[in-house]
Amino acid sequence: MFPRPIQKSSRAWAATYQALIPMALVLWLLPLIAVAVFSIKPDADFTTGNYWGWPSAFKGFENYGKVFFASDMPRYLLNSVFITVPTVIGAVALSCMTGFALGVYKFRGNLLLFFMFVAGNFVPFQILMVPVRDLTLDLGLYNTKTGLVLFHVAFQTGFCTLFMRNFIRALPFELIEAARVEGVAEWRIFWYVVLPLMKPAIAALAVLIFTFIWNDYFWAVVLTQGAESQPVTAGITSFNAQYRAAYHLMSAGSIVAALPPVAMFFLMQRHFIAGLTLGAVK
Amino acid sequence: MSDRLMPQSERAPSWIRRNRQAMAPFLFLLPGVLFFLFYVIFPVIQSFNLSFYRWDGLGEPVYVGLENYTELMDDRAFEVSLWNNFKWLFLYLLAIPAGLAIALFLNQNVIGIRLYKSLFFFPFVISQVVVGLVFSWFYDPSFGLLNQILGFFGFGTLNVLGDPTLVTYGIIAAGLWPQTAYCMILYLTGLNAVDPEQVEAARLDGAKGLRMLWYVIIPQLRPATFIAFVVTIIGALRSFDLISIMTNGGPFGSSRVLSFYMFEKALSEYGFRMGYGAAIAVVLFLIMLLFIGYFLWSMYQEEKGGR
Repeated sequence: MFPRPIQKSSRAWAATYQALIPMALVLWLLPLIAVAVFSIKPDADFTTGNYWGWPSAFKGFENYGKVFFASDMPRYLLNSVFITVPTVIGAVALSCMTGFALGVYKFRGNLLLFFMFVAGNFVPFQILMVPVRDLTLDLGLYNTKTGLVLFHVAFQTGFCTLFMRNFIRALPFELIEAARVEGVAEWRIFWYVVLPLMKPAIAALAVLIFTFIWNDYFWAVVLTQGAESQPVTAGITSFNAQYRAAYHLMSAGSIVAALPPVAMFFLMQRHFIAGLTLGAVK
Repeated sequence: MSDRLMPQSERAPSWIRRNRQAMAPFLFLLPGVLFFLFYVIFPVIQSFNLSFYRWDGLGEPVYVGLENYTELMDDRAFEVSLWNNFKWLFLYLLAIPAGLAIALFLNQNVIGIRLYKSLFFFPFVISQVVVGLVFSWFYDPSFGLLNQILGFFGFGTLNVLGDPTLVTYGIIAAGLWPQTAYCMILYLTGLNAVDPEQVEAARLDGAKGLRMLWYVIIPQLRPATFIAFVVTIIGALRSFDLISIMTNGGPFGSSRVLSFYMFEKALSEYGFRMGYGAAIAVVLFLIMLLFIGYFLWSMYQEEKGGR
């Protein structure tokens, strides 16, 4: 283990270390802690200039209540759910199949197709912006959640294929060969042999894609406008325009917008990290 | 490879049955490839094509040859954006050593360390929109925490986001926050897999501290470093959210990068200039292509080594 385990060094240093971690953490998260404190402060604290002092009163319920009951926030949140969940399902389903095809079969152009997915996944969004916006307009899907979902599914398929294909490659190939010797149809091999083994990959991808799509801002701005279809990342900017200088409400709104992926991360931590760090270890 | 393509049973009755193993991959690939072609590959080609046209998004596009590109040459705003992109690329890479440093700091076995690790990772999970908001308050000249701290030490007020020379660095610092967290988690996973025997052997040879890190640990962290490099480069070139939220390109367009400038030109309130925007996007894409080429080449080398 590197660095040398703290238990093996002097007592004094071990104690210092134990005290150092929480301090470092507080420093690291200071901007976030500030927002969390802002979100429970009363309005008056900001007009009297008490930005960084102790809240003069606890107004958490009022502030968050306002976010949930007196603004478009619930609508934006719901939009985000209706954009994120179908995208996760779509991208994972498509990439299970593409990953299976690219990971299991040998055929001409396999690597080329795989690299097409990988390269496409690295492309800067802006080069897609005008044509995708056009395509969405032509399909009559501009400013709809469906339009956003279709694009996200397509784009995320690139990353998901990379992920799935590498995962499937690491599975024991003998299983598939054994099934073939038995004469099992290919789609049955996919469904009954490979898919059950892919559960951890599916879980990891699902949480990752959920976070990516929930936090997407660029495409939300390009393909939607207005409260009827915009997700919460774009909604928060109009929310903030509505409550300009009402820092307690803007903070509460931001926290609400940021919470779902955070919850997802803490609930599915193992999968999340396994997904993010795939390939970080040989 | 021939044995895998061979039909598995000799009595195979129908054509479908005989060829199903050869056909299967194409059927599995079809939906994903179609989606990807229509939404990713074709648009890239269309953008290249569009960059030779003048188009307001409504009427007929007019072919103008290289006019958009020659205009870019004399465009001050383009120059500023391109230059800022290089700043982003270069400074964003600081996330890698910073992430490694935090990972080394946290790579211990003490009570509650798992929770600490997840909390350190926290900034990566929140959306950049919120990160941007949080940091624009942090920098705020009238009440921001940064100026409170500077004031405490007797320094004057710094209006980071209002100062054309500082603004890009301020935004990059905000971007480094989640990016460092990401690199940290990559290195924590990597450190977990470092071969303890090699470390012990090196220790017996008297290696420790920085020498140990440089000669024994970092070589073993290569895969993690590669991924950290890939995601950081991509993150740097994709930077859009933070700029849009924190400054909207200002003050006086001094914090624009290509991705933001392209958006501004193509969908600006003063009329859409899709062709010009596409030309900017092509330049950004070509910069990216250098890196994509390198990434694919590295992956290809590895594939050749594999089965």
